[in-house]
Amino acid sequence: MTDSTQTNLTQQQVRERIEQRLASRHRKEKLFRGLGIASIAFGVLAVVVLFTDIIGKGSGAFVQSAIELRVHYDQQVLGIDEVDDESLAWANFTGVIRESLRERFPEVSGRGEKRELYSLVSTGAPFTLRDRLRANPELLGKTETLWLAADDDVDTFVKSLSDTEEGFRGRTSEQKAGWIQQLLGSGEMKKRFNSTFFTNGDSREPEQAGIRAALMGSLFTLLVTLALSFPIGVAAAIYLEEYAPKNRWTDLIEVNINNLAAVPSIVFGLLGLAIFINFFELPRSAPLVGGLVLTLMTLPTIIISSRAALKAVPPSIREAAMGMGASRMQVVFHHVLPLAMPGMLTGAIIGMAQALGETAPLLMIGMVAFIVDVPGGVTDPATVLPVQIFLWADSPERAFVERTSAAIMVLLSFLIVMNTSAVLLRKKLERRW
Amino acid sequence: MQTPTLFALLLLLVLVAYGTGFSRALAAARSRGGMRNLSSLPSYYGLHTALWCGLPALLLLGAWLAFDDAIIRALVMNGIADKPDTIAGQNLLYAQIQNLAAGHLFGDASPQVQAAAERLSSLQSGSRNLQAALSLILASGLGAFAALRFSPELRAREKVEKVLRGVLITCACAAIFTTVGILLSVLFESLRFFQSVPVTEFLFGLHWSPQMALRADQVGSSGAFGAVPLFTGTLMVSAIAMFVAVPVGLMSAIYLAEYASKRVRAIAKPIIEILAGVPTVVYGFFAALTVAPFIRDLANSVGLQASSESALAAGLVMGIMIIPFISSLSDDVINAVPQSLRDGSLGLGSTRSETVRKVVIPAALPGIVGGVLLAVSRAIGETMIVVMAAGLAANLTANPLESVTTVTVQIVTLLVGDQEFDSPKTLAAFALGLMLFVSTLVLNFIALHVVKKYREQYD
Repeated sequence: MTDSTQTNLTQQQVRERIEQRLASRHRKEKLFRGLGIASIAFGVLAVVVLFTDIIGKGSGAFVQSAIELRVHYDQQVLGIDEVDDESLAWANFTGVIRESLRERFPEVSGRGEKRELYSLVSTGAPFTLRDRLRANPELLGKTETLWLAADDDVDTFVKSLSDTEEGFRGRTSEQKAGWIQQLLGSGEMKKRFNSTFFTNGDSREPEQAGIRAALMGSLFTLLVTLALSFPIGVAAAIYLEEYAPKNRWTDLIEVNINNLAAVPSIVFGLLGLAIFINFFELPRSAPLVGGLVLTLMTLPTIIISSRAALKAVPPSIREAAMGMGASRMQVVFHHVLPLAMPGMLTGAIIGMAQALGETAPLLMIGMVAFIVDVPGGVTDPATVLPVQIFLWADSPERAFVERTSAAIMVLLSFLIVMNTSAVLLRKKLERRW
Repeated sequence: MQTPTLFALLLLLVLVAYGTGFSRALAAARSRGGMRNLSSLPSYYGLHTALWCGLPALLLLGAWLAFDDAIIRALVMNGIADKPDTIAGQNLLYAQIQNLAAGHLFGDASPQVQAAAERLSSLQSGSRNLQAALSLILASGLGAFAALRFSPELRAREKVEKVLRGVLITCACAAIFTTVGILLSVLFESLRFFQSVPVTEFLFGLHWSPQMALRADQVGSSGAFGAVPLFTGTLMVSAIAMFVAVPVGLMSAIYLAEYASKRVRAIAKPIIEILAGVPTVVYGFFAALTVAPFIRDLANSVGLQASSESALAAGLVMGIMIIPFISSLSDDVINAVPQSLRDGSLGLGSTRSETVRKVVIPAALPGIVGGVLLAVSRAIGETMIVVMAAGLAANLTANPLESVTTVTVQIVTLLVGDQEFDSPKTLAAFALGLMLFVSTLVLNFIALHVVKKYREQYD
């Protein structure tokens, strides 16, 4: 039937049909291609939005509003006669700051208003004065002009002024906003580089909070991870690639490694909690335990990349060394390993970058505690940068959003440096045989 | 003696042993008229002695450090006449004893506790001294033994290589130890959990509220452990993620592999792969502070009710995270499809998109399916994004604008903070962990199997 109808068509009709069909096929081709371009664009857009969002939110945290105050180190207000450790510990620096604030705004009276006034300056400012006096004992009884960090509400208000005319007032009263405007107008309040962010540990007060403790915690954790996972991973790769006979046991190990690479990281946290903390009773929150857990987590990555590096060394190298009478161990350690090292190092850096960004398993082993002190060793309680980000992201203060984003920027820049160096290392040292 | 000092001393002994072995070998070579009369190179004799000296002592020290606390605790607790019956009570008592022994606790401790604390500190110092003495004696004794046994005929290289090979095998088995460790830790705690909560209730119960009553007569905290809301929540978030990631990832892989010029590929591929390197906590922050409010406002503006923590926000951001995973895996398999298949199809007059849809994708399908399965297992196990953006309420709902909770979120909330290891609340986290481990393991196993089978076809 169909055949006969088709043969009845004139050549002209056939041609028209084919052209129609061809046009629709070409439309589909274009659509398909457009979908491909749209997908790529979506991916690139996601990267751009993510980064601009983080940078837009976080760049403010690198500056911090400060107030210029004439501070008089009055012995009477301080309640001390001389400068030593004991007297500094209980000297009334808060009183000194309040004194100079009252001096700056003499018109303020009444309890409520005064409390408003005092809250212009960070609650950490007395410690700044204490450190200053400890460093320069001759200042006692003298007056100096000093920049002191402003409270986080003030800081948020000042920073929002550049976005809108009104600014985000939040908890700041109209009167306080007026003082701030007055200080800004006379140049007694300025945004200055926020060095506190890089020198302090965590704090409940946003203007006092910094990432130093978290950075040191990350450093110690990564050191433990690197010290364990690189040698173990390389040794495992050497055995599997150069020695292992092809049998069931080796197959089992291989399947295991591939599976471990895809096990969710939080499960490693459960392992760490049950075995390292409950069974071996290692200290909680310690970089040592964090490093052990991350070692187990990064080991598959390092083993897989080290094996690839070993595989890339051509067999002729091994055969030549064997021919010269080297033992198998000597072949591996004197010839194959040095040639495979760049590839292994690249894998190790990528594994470390993975470990640096990991959060979930560390929550399980208690590295989520509120820790102010900078850790000094692998058994001190510590937190790490990603966990610090998690903790700050949960804090209600608006100023913490800014600091969270800034901490993310620091974390991302570390990751970018690590990944770029891995790529460069591969490019520079890689040998094509 | 402090442990670091002990390690330093041991290291020194090992170095001395190496030096002795090395110099004895050199001396022997000199007296015999050349290196070729030795069985091995001098450095192997050095290593041989050093291994004898260091390895047994280190193994002893490691075992000691791992088990001394538990043994001391057992000894101290056995010495106490009237112990509390519960594990929690015993833990409390032991913590008190420890604090007293460390000098953190002053004031009124019962004479029994004081005696136990004294016993604890004497045992601790005794253990430290014994450990130092034993390991140093072992190291120097075995080192001296190996040095005395030296002879030029000793096949030092072979012995050293045998030990090294043993070390390599142990390291290769680390993966097995890890798997066994995970299984044991999750399995034991889960079994304890299933003693108090029946398996059927856990797997099929519709109500999740893990708060346990502190007092017997407390109202409202019955402790319900029906995990179905968690499973559905996990599935919903993962499904949303895959709904975003699979089409976008697959289409970008196809475009990059089949259409893009070399230059576009060289720029676009690394940019998309940046997404894979961003830590999950950053995605969580992005989801909670940017995407979730955006979705809430959008839904409210068209008259829909949306909570500020929604499954949609978490799923969407998780999908973005998974895009590079799917695109690079699919890119690999698409590139592995032989060019001859494409040439054949193009030669028959099909367009490029027809070639892709009817020839390349069917040929690459097993690999793509494997990649998608791996991505699903990653979505199920993803923690930080859902912890920060999906919420805690265990809602049994199909509305993606409501907040849901997932298996991983509950593990985190149950285990962060103080834990008691005899309450079902803590143990429930391990049961959830077991579910997570088993389901991802099965998914990975199938995925790896599919991928492997496919690869064998074209190699």
